[in-house]
Amino acid sequence: MTGPLQDWKGQRRPFAAIASLPVFWLALFFVAPMTIVWLYSFGQNAGPADIDISGTLDNYKRATEWLYLSIFLKSLAVAALTTLICLIVGFPIAMAITFAAPRWRPWLLLGIMLPFWTNLLIRTYALMALMGTNGYMNKGLGGLWEGASWLRTLVGMQPLEAWTPVQLLYNNFAVVLGLVYVHLPFMVLPLYSALDRMDKSLIEASLDLGAGHFKTFMKIVVPLAAPGIVAGVMITLIPALGAYLTPDLMGGTESQMIANVIERQFKRANDWPFGAALSFLLIYAMFILIALQSMRTNKSMERG
Amino acid sequence: MDFKTFLHAGSNRRAMLKGMGVAAVGFSLTGALAGCGEKDAAKLANGEEAKLNFYNWDTYIGETTLEDYMDKAGVDVNMTLFASNDELFAKLRAGNQGYDVIVPSNDFVERMAAADMLTELDKAQIPNFKNVAPDYQDVPYDPARKFSMPYTWLALGIGYRKSKVKSVPDSWKVLFDSDEYKGRIAVLSEAGDMFRLYGKYIGKSVNGLTDADLKTIEAMMIKQKPNIKSFHEDNGQDLLLKGEVDVVLEYNGDIAQAMVEDPDIGFVIPKEGSQLNSDNLCIPKGAPHPKNAHAFINYLLDAEAGKKITETILYPTPNDAAKALMPAEYKNNAVIFPPADILAKCEYAKFNPELQPKYEEAFTRVRAA
Repeated sequence: MTGPLQDWKGQRRPFAAIASLPVFWLALFFVAPMTIVWLYSFGQNAGPADIDISGTLDNYKRATEWLYLSIFLKSLAVAALTTLICLIVGFPIAMAITFAAPRWRPWLLLGIMLPFWTNLLIRTYALMALMGTNGYMNKGLGGLWEGASWLRTLVGMQPLEAWTPVQLLYNNFAVVLGLVYVHLPFMVLPLYSALDRMDKSLIEASLDLGAGHFKTFMKIVVPLAAPGIVAGVMITLIPALGAYLTPDLMGGTESQMIANVIERQFKRANDWPFGAALSFLLIYAMFILIALQSMRTNKSMERG
Repeated sequence: MDFKTFLHAGSNRRAMLKGMGVAAVGFSLTGALAGCGEKDAAKLANGEEAKLNFYNWDTYIGETTLEDYMDKAGVDVNMTLFASNDELFAKLRAGNQGYDVIVPSNDFVERMAAADMLTELDKAQIPNFKNVAPDYQDVPYDPARKFSMPYTWLALGIGYRKSKVKSVPDSWKVLFDSDEYKGRIAVLSEAGDMFRLYGKYIGKSVNGLTDADLKTIEAMMIKQKPNIKSFHEDNGQDLLLKGEVDVVLEYNGDIAQAMVEDPDIGFVIPKEGSQLNSDNLCIPKGAPHPKNAHAFINYLLDAEAGKKITETILYPTPNDAAKALMPAEYKNNAVIFPPADILAKCEYAKFNPELQPKYEEAFTRVRAA
């Protein structure tokens, strides 16, 4: 390989020139701050604004108590459910965009990305305005209910009892719904890019050779979209696991997630060392997950 | 739930607490830029340039106060905003980036003084200190007003919808220990405030809670949790206005603003007493313009300037001279100025570095239960 920049080993100098700036950037603004927070996780408060890094493991001991582990597990369950719903809802959307007429595609993609142009906080408040006790959803449902009641009186039946608003906000349902709403674009975009690259003649071949639509979908489309699914799941699951605004604003009394607990350590509790330990526990877990995943990939490559 | 209410959600400083957390990153750069990059301004008689960096809560100053001060003293006040005491503390914890005057609440005055982050005030440069009500001239959180001047004060109490309650909910029992308003109650998500107010309910001082008390209170909170709709982020007045809840734990100033919009809303400080808060003007260590800072604090304590600030923000003012200039409907408003016998039972919460993490952990257990 002697082509220009085909292989960094043959072209060390240009490679170094290109890579130095991003590496410097990452080291200064990512590695250095993360290292400081990592060191904090082995420290203890020595005053309102001082942290003494003493190498203690107390923070980790506290962070692995059942109280915090149970919140971790609950957050993981909420994030996993959010990801699953995003996948189920997002796949047909990605398919629809892939198979839409080419001149429509940019507009449909724009529609998916449009919410990103609005601040997350504004979107969450809008959703809250929609779902509140006296929100538009409840008003709409109340209107339908009264309509049904009126129809019953027309045919001589007892009218329905008065409409009581449905409790949509301030519970776990609202948190999952809010998270799905926020994270759906993260799922649709990688799925779309995977589906878009798919050779569509394979679908035709499958259908021609007698497979049904469902079988074609399961045996051809889904396996070919697998890289997109994996990317979409990762890119949805991880931010959903770290969500704190949505559970704070839309959740009920039991909807706290691990990110809320971490946030409170850095703010109100002013216990940065413990907050750092909780954050790094999350990061260690991610590393282990990714390491397991890559070990599995290596094994299957060896076999193949 | 109309659009006006939605917009109003962000229109006072305590309602902004939560929301601005997200935007805080955006604001953090402005502070660093505040002190530099402008051409040399003319020197004042006191030898400082005609500039001042003021770090304040949102919507927490009179409409024309800064322009008025420019006209009077010729000092260009550059105001930047913070959304919570935590943000203010975190920003200054790493060193002062150029702020001259800041507005921390009482427990943070204590915390920052303990962390050696505040400059001692020179009272000779603040003659308007005489305008301050006697009750606020010497306070437990800052004895002899060494580091701070009072700006406003607040009391926690119960906001309620008059048409939805059987009688005035004048006891913490309604929020903390009863299913009378099941599913129509919202309380604060701030662990420290919650534990201290429960302490008031069981007859303790807000500063006298023991580990055994914390256990008792935790069990009470877990028992009451099914009756509570939401631990709100200091936006209780919005929940009340929208009809999400009918009784809510909130600050008197916030409910006073909601009452302007909706006459069906009331406010009461429970008979067991409550917790007071106060926001204060302080000069952080390393302020580039300390003399201007003293002069500006003196101006904010002026009767006429204080009146204009109070007219805009409608919070209780500790400035007697300014209060005297206010109309009767403000002075005699029992929500803004609760009766003296009730106030006598209210206390300031002391900054307590040992207890705060315990409050947080216990409240995390309550939420996880």
